Amino acid sequence: MENYEPEIVAFCCHYCAYTAADMAGSKRISYPANVKIIRVPCTGKVDAIHIMKALEKGADGVYVAGCLEGDCHFKTGNARARLRVARVQKILEDLGWEKERVAMINMSAGMGERFAKTAFEFTEKIKSLGPNPISQGKIEVQAVS
Amino acid sequence: MKTESRLEKVLASGAMAVTSEVGPPRGVDPEIVRKKANMIKDHVDGINVTDNQTAMVRMSSMAAGIIIKQMGLDPIIQMVTRDRNRLAMQSEVIGAAAFGIDTMLCLSGDHPKFGDHPMAKAVYDIDSVQLIKAVKDMRDEGKFQGGADMKAPPKMFIGAAANPFADPFELRVMRLAKKVKAGVDFVQTQCIFNLEKFEEWMKGVEDRGLDKQVHVLAGITPMKSVGMARYMKNRVPGMDVPDEVIKRLAGVSKEQQPEEGIKIAVESMERLKEIKGVHGFHIMAIEWEERVAEIVEKAGMYPRPQV
Amino acid sequence: MITAEQKPMQEIIQYLAPYSKILLVGCNECVTVCAAGGRKEVGLLASALHLNSLKQGKTIDIKEITLERQCDPEYVEELTSYIDAADAVLSMSCGCGVQTIATRFKQAHVYPAVNTKFMGASLSQGVWAERCQGCGDCMLGITAGICPVSRCSKSLLNGPCGGTSNGQCEIGPETDCAWRLIWERLKELGIEGRYEALVDAKDWRPAGGAGPRKIIREDLAL
Repeated sequence: MENYEPEIVAFCCHYCAYTAADMAGSKRISYPANVKIIRVPCTGKVDAIHIMKALEKGADGVYVAGCLEGDCHFKTGNARARLRVARVQKILEDLGWEKERVAMINMSAGMGERFAKTAFEFTEKIKSLGPNPISQGKIEVQAVS
Repeated sequence: MKTESRLEKVLASGAMAVTSEVGPPRGVDPEIVRKKANMIKDHVDGINVTDNQTAMVRMSSMAAGIIIKQMGLDPIIQMVTRDRNRLAMQSEVIGAAAFGIDTMLCLSGDHPKFGDHPMAKAVYDIDSVQLIKAVKDMRDEGKFQGGADMKAPPKMFIGAAANPFADPFELRVMRLAKKVKAGVDFVQTQCIFNLEKFEEWMKGVEDRGLDKQVHVLAGITPMKSVGMARYMKNRVPGMDVPDEVIKRLAGVSKEQQPEEGIKIAVESMERLKEIKGVHGFHIMAIEWEERVAEIVEKAGMYPRPQV
Repeated sequence: MITAEQKPMQEIIQYLAPYSKILLVGCNECVTVCAAGGRKEVGLLASALHLNSLKQGKTIDIKEITLERQCDPEYVEELTSYIDAADAVLSMSCGCGVQTIATRFKQAHVYPAVNTKFMGASLSQGVWAERCQGCGDCMLGITAGICPVSRCSKSLLNGPCGGTSNGQCEIGPETDCAWRLIWERLKELGIEGRYEALVDAKDWRPAGGAGPRKIIREDLAL
């Protein structure tokens, strides 16, 4: 498991984190290639099942990056996302998994550096946790309908 | 006279009555009951026997009541509607009466949540008002709750509790009125520490003429310490302990606090005696039965009338 | 509605341990509204069960289906085409749905995935509170629209016990004293005199005291 490169899915809000990632790019601030960004119109659009499916398909970590608390373009989308992340964390705990594999992160559109920093930090955290526990199952993860 | 109850006779004579209580043990030793009863027997007209108080399992109030009755004393068995349905309660009233027990108290009881069996299902087939009515129906009409006539009805002098301090205050006189309507003969009140509020409640009781229909025994609890006073203020539901009481206890040394507590109790009794509708006292000396005699004497209520 | 909450995950996992083909059945009625066993919850639970078995190197085949109404044989019939392929049925409906499935499919191993809680009303999003115990003889007409049977911790019918503090029940500050609420509302309506009417001991037969209850509507039972 040494030197393993985790796969991380980041659901990024179009109005903040996605723009911040863009800014990081244009400022030439690098962030780990482990992080695969999925743009969403608002983190409120991310449901618990999306996070679960990412894990089911083998993601080692998932985070939802939304606007700063109180700054949601759609008022409460990021607050809802925070609760959904917490719900998935609870499910993981109930299964005996590390709940730290999923996280909610907040930032504004101008925070290119914060985007890169959180991407680094989250990647490091997932590296320390090791691969998605389903890899212990020693079977190919099959596509699940 | 409705019954053979000594308490009824004392109250009928116009004298102020005194009752106190014995908490049955959490084991089978009858000596504990006898010992506690002996401590107070010469200073009271009736001995309440609590019924799984604070929802903790104890020797049943009827069994402990029988032990006390067999000592030639006058038990007042408490019965909570929490633990039995109406079949069980009627049969227990009959059973108690068969042993000569003639005075009882109808209560709803503390919620099981407070006791050592919080997982138990509370019964609450009927409430305390309905229990009063059920016992009265047996005594005066010779009727079971199911409607059938009974032979040899139990002659019970029927008591209940009244808490002038619980919310909503304005409902508390009406609550007593309902118990009177159901047929209660006497009530013992919650421990009184807030005398102004009690006087206000009693005024409401007198205004409605309830004092002529029911005997009110004022509840007295001597505080052992300032710690106990704080606990009762903050932790016991429906208890009203004014800050002055706590201040007064805190104002003396720890060794002096029990004496101060008894002094407060006696002073309260002196003041409460002046209220027209107060026909006696119910002294709840929690795990402090040995001081009941002294309180009764200091309040000038000893010896007890012979009836 | 009937409220429910998902059972602890480990209990569900234990039930399913012997099986590899699961028919996971949700319900579009009450459990959807209280977010315990609707289509979304079916999806989430299926996903969690997948994660669990993948970790153990097993595969579990879960067929997800959410019926219009699991307590109705007409809709449960829809399971006919899936039932034979399943080793076990995991129902996310209230106990009524679980039993309707068990009655219809005699050979099926049926397990509940939720704990059925109470008949309640929604207070705000995500908050439900008990409002009815189905006593079969509604008293709301004499208690100003607030139920003492379901909302008083002791189901007292003649007023509050002595344990009320600051308008709250003795069992804890998160529970309003039902009789305080009844009293306040009687006053607001100007009918506080009603409080003093003695309420007789309740006949619990309609509440289930006479055995399991049934309603037969002759005009509908063709």
